[in-house]
Amino acid sequence: MKQEIGLLVVFLLVFLYDTFMPQRAGKALPVVSTVLLLLATAAGFCSHCLGTATSTEAFAGMYATSPVVCAIKSILNIGAVIVLLQSISWSGSDHMAVRRGEFYELLLVTLFGMYLMISARHFLLFVIGLECASLPLAAMVAFDKRHYESHEAAVKYILTAVFSSAVFMMGISFVYGLAGSLYFGNIYAALSAGTHSLMLTLAVAFVIAGMGFKLSLVPFHLWTADVYQGAPTSVTSYLSVISKGAAAFSFLVILAQVFGSLYSDVWEWMLYALIILTITVGNLFAIRQTNMKRFLAFSSISQAGYIMLGIEAFNTMGLTAMMYYILVYIFSNLAAFGVIGAIERASGKVDMTDYRGLSKTNPRLAFSMMLAMFSLAGIPPFAGFFSKFFIFTGAINQGSVAIYVLVLIALINTIISLYYYLLVVKAMYISADEPVVGTFRSSISERLGLWITVGGVMLLGIASCVYTWIFDLGEISPLAAYFV
Amino acid sequence: MDATLPILILAIPLGMFLVLGLAGCKMSHKLAGTLGCLGMGTTLVLAYYTAFTYFFSGSPEFVDAAGNRLQALIFNQTWLAFTDNLVIRLGFLLDPISAMMLVVITTISFMVHLYSMGYMRDHHGVYEHGFQRFYAFLSLFSFSMLGLVVATNIFQMYIFWELVGASSYLLIGFYYVKPSAVSASKKAFIVTRFADLGFLIGILILSYYTGTFNFTELTSAPVEGLAGVFQISESTAAGVKSVFESSATPVFMGASVLTWALVLIFMGGMGKSAMLPLHIWLPDAMEGPTPVSALIHAATMVVAGVYLVARLFPLYLMEVSALEFVTWVGALTALYAAIVACTQIDIKRVLAFSTISQIAFMMVSLGVARPEMHEGLGYMASMFHLFTHAMFKALLFLGAGALIHAIGSNDYTEMHGLRKYMPITHWTFLIGCLAIAGIIPFSGFFSKDEILSSCLGNSTVIYVWMSLVAGLTAFYMFRLYYLIFWWKEHKVHEGHHAPHDQPWTMSLPLIILAAISLVAGFIPFGKFVTWNGKSYDFMAHFDWSVAAVSLFVAVVAIAIATVMYRKENPLPEKMRAAMPGLWKWAHHRFYWDELYMFITHRIIFDGICRPIAWFDRHIIDGTMDAFATITNKASRAIKPLQSGQVQLYVWWYLLGALALGGITMLCLL
Repeated sequence: MKQEIGLLVVFLLVFLYDTFMPQRAGKALPVVSTVLLLLATAAGFCSHCLGTATSTEAFAGMYATSPVVCAIKSILNIGAVIVLLQSISWSGSDHMAVRRGEFYELLLVTLFGMYLMISARHFLLFVIGLECASLPLAAMVAFDKRHYESHEAAVKYILTAVFSSAVFMMGISFVYGLAGSLYFGNIYAALSAGTHSLMLTLAVAFVIAGMGFKLSLVPFHLWTADVYQGAPTSVTSYLSVISKGAAAFSFLVILAQVFGSLYSDVWEWMLYALIILTITVGNLFAIRQTNMKRFLAFSSISQAGYIMLGIEAFNTMGLTAMMYYILVYIFSNLAAFGVIGAIERASGKVDMTDYRGLSKTNPRLAFSMMLAMFSLAGIPPFAGFFSKFFIFTGAINQGSVAIYVLVLIALINTIISLYYYLLVVKAMYISADEPVVGTFRSSISERLGLWITVGGVMLLGIASCVYTWIFDLGEISPLAAYFV
Repeated sequence: MDATLPILILAIPLGMFLVLGLAGCKMSHKLAGTLGCLGMGTTLVLAYYTAFTYFFSGSPEFVDAAGNRLQALIFNQTWLAFTDNLVIRLGFLLDPISAMMLVVITTISFMVHLYSMGYMRDHHGVYEHGFQRFYAFLSLFSFSMLGLVVATNIFQMYIFWELVGASSYLLIGFYYVKPSAVSASKKAFIVTRFADLGFLIGILILSYYTGTFNFTELTSAPVEGLAGVFQISESTAAGVKSVFESSATPVFMGASVLTWALVLIFMGGMGKSAMLPLHIWLPDAMEGPTPVSALIHAATMVVAGVYLVARLFPLYLMEVSALEFVTWVGALTALYAAIVACTQIDIKRVLAFSTISQIAFMMVSLGVARPEMHEGLGYMASMFHLFTHAMFKALLFLGAGALIHAIGSNDYTEMHGLRKYMPITHWTFLIGCLAIAGIIPFSGFFSKDEILSSCLGNSTVIYVWMSLVAGLTAFYMFRLYYLIFWWKEHKVHEGHHAPHDQPWTMSLPLIILAAISLVAGFIPFGKFVTWNGKSYDFMAHFDWSVAAVSLFVAVVAIAIATVMYRKENPLPEKMRAAMPGLWKWAHHRFYWDELYMFITHRIIFDGICRPIAWFDRHIIDGTMDAFATITNKASRAIKPLQSGQVQLYVWWYLLGALALGGITMLCLL
């Protein structure tokens, strides 16, 4: 509960600052919001260190938290702070003057919605969280008013979001009809007692489809590329990491605490098919992209498939590997988006062909991008290797032959992904053409963001304490009781 | 003992490597060199202090009530804990031999650091290209070598073992624009790496059967009553001992597992210490700068193999057959290298073969050591010789470096008659020659005599054999000496001015090392370094008859050399003509390199590599190409899916959700 309160306080302070401070002081708003959120994040970590992050319930059991839940929220917080940091230069520009506050307020609200999704133990609260996290995002996607693509992206996003919410709630209403309650615990008890009806199968499929929208699993992913490309880069990076991370964790919570008893009969196989489709189709599209944001959209689709492996494993190792994967993915992807954002702001270029010869004009940016690509592709010793390694290990631990096949397919796909990640590196380092983007100096906030993310990419894997911390939390998590 | 100083001993050279390696190009040559010297000087002081504390403080940590020296773990940090058994630690082990090695390494390394300040610049005082890089690599090497000798477990030793190999590679190939240097560095790396493969397999076998990497447990168990020395409980030692006894049972191809492990581990030592038949890299390694040859390829790294056997000595005692293997490899190498050294004309190659031969002496000495005989005199003698040899061989190499620096050539037929021009070099070089020849009272006499005594105690054949090699040593060293410093000088030397002595940075190390070579023989080594920590009186095992014989042999050999080479005369030619076959074979180093060339090119490359390359190119690459083609086609085929029309997106969405539910339903029915 403390983290939600902390976030609300941050929101209110930002809101008050935006409303009552003079126009001139508005320039400092991005920095103020970043620092405030950073403080809230630090406070969250303090509660970990002091051991006050305990399991509590609120709202008659509709809300529950535990150390592992606090941990995932802290991880998301870190990501949000980096996103805010990277957005400072962009939102500091003049055309943002009147709307600057809105961006940060909307972002904080969506983060709050994600908190609710993660902690909800009742579908009512969950849907509130879901909508709270989805609808303001549409406004954020449309933020770049001057660009027609931004509008198009927002319309596509909101329409698909509404449709997926409808399907999701359809699924919930089926579940309610079968179990007679919206509490996760009650539904779990009712489902594990009764036999599996066909309607239940459809309900599970609809719930998965609803969550599949947020995670951009194939075939619920078609909005992703258009929206990622059209949205402002800061929003894209937020969508691709934070929104996805929160959805992945709450997805696991629902599948375990509501449908846990149906694992081997029903949703294991649904997820199995979705993972193969997601990773493969994401990769197949990614190899053809030339726009960097669109390229990362498909790469993030395929990455979501890997994250799902942690759920598919359905054991403690899978849970912790998934959390670790999210953490590493936040750092790697934000490093990539940091470079894209900086280049876009300086030169307006977002095409892969524009990255040719970048290593000559902007060696540090090129180096950061290269490490981000290496990490996303899973090359040791960068963090991405370890996260992939753990997630595969978690899946293998589940033990069935089908899972071995799944991991094999995922491994083959990492080879394909290596191809397109290296395309970027090739353009930056090997291409002999004249550099397109001239030498420029990125702003302090952008550089700071890159230092943090690239540092994370290099250190998160080697510093074994990070994974150990998450693993220890995973062992004592309430979710562990649901695993088979 | 507090762990701060020992950590600093390792941390300073490492830090120096990072500073010079990363920021070297930003600083001046002089600053880089000075920093390197200062860092090494500090390490030297710390290492001396540590060794002094170990030997003389009498603290109960280091010496027990009966006066036995103990093995002390200053610290032993767990680094990687894979399972309860498979734990890799990094630590700092202090015992007689590691304390002695600290002294040897830091002394020579500091001398070389200082010497290089003068050596690595030309006559006009211009520094060589890559001077900072040179010092960075020297620091890296010193760090690795120090880490190797203080390793607390065999795995840590292996890590640093590879690190010294890597830094040796970097330093041999320092002149990387010279093709011969590049190929020499590659040769050294590949040959030692090949030997290390055996080492690694040996480590794996040993630790698989014993369940531990730690030296303390590995070496204390085999021999009764050693547990106290190694500061572990009798019950632990008994536990490991029972493991050993059971591990002696599995037999593979006629030898016990333990024998296999020890022989394979020794193979690593053979590679690093250039024992036959893995010696071929060392003569070529002389392509590196001469100070590097002095530090790495004479004094420190090449004795790592000897150190390894000494470190595991109690284990080798369990398998006497392995020790006999060590003895005979050593004996053959010693003779072979001594014969070859008599025929080489490159000054550094003579010294290289002499190094091989001297290391082989140490190996033989370890091989013949038995606890029941002179209280394991051979072990002490080997370490003693390691110590004295490091000093006088470094001296000889640095002297050779001074000559090369002055003349600009390695070929000593171009030197001749230099004693008038370079008096300091001449006198220090002469001291080195006398020391290696084993003339009383120079240090080599004492250590070599101990070795021969212990050989005699073991077997007369080995004793006679090694005495012969000792005679050859005196002969070829004085052949070298006379050819360089005597004879009539050439009319005009290469340079525009006559050769002269070197700057003080180069002379000072020569003088210091010469002084050490002069007096080191009187160190009562038996008081400090013995295989089981019991100190004994030096004179108790001093055999006057052996001493007299070896002195006689050395004097006769020197006399022959004097007759043949003091002045230009036809004697050497006559002798060469008398034994044309032997001379030709020795001059071509018994065609070992050609043999290796034949095996690698004709057998390995043609027989094994080519078929594999074909398989790789056609089968593996073909599979990958097919894979890529399929991916590309599939990608093209599904392109229309991403139409950009939101109504189609939603259709797909709904279709996906229904299909997901529908197919699962069908399966469940």
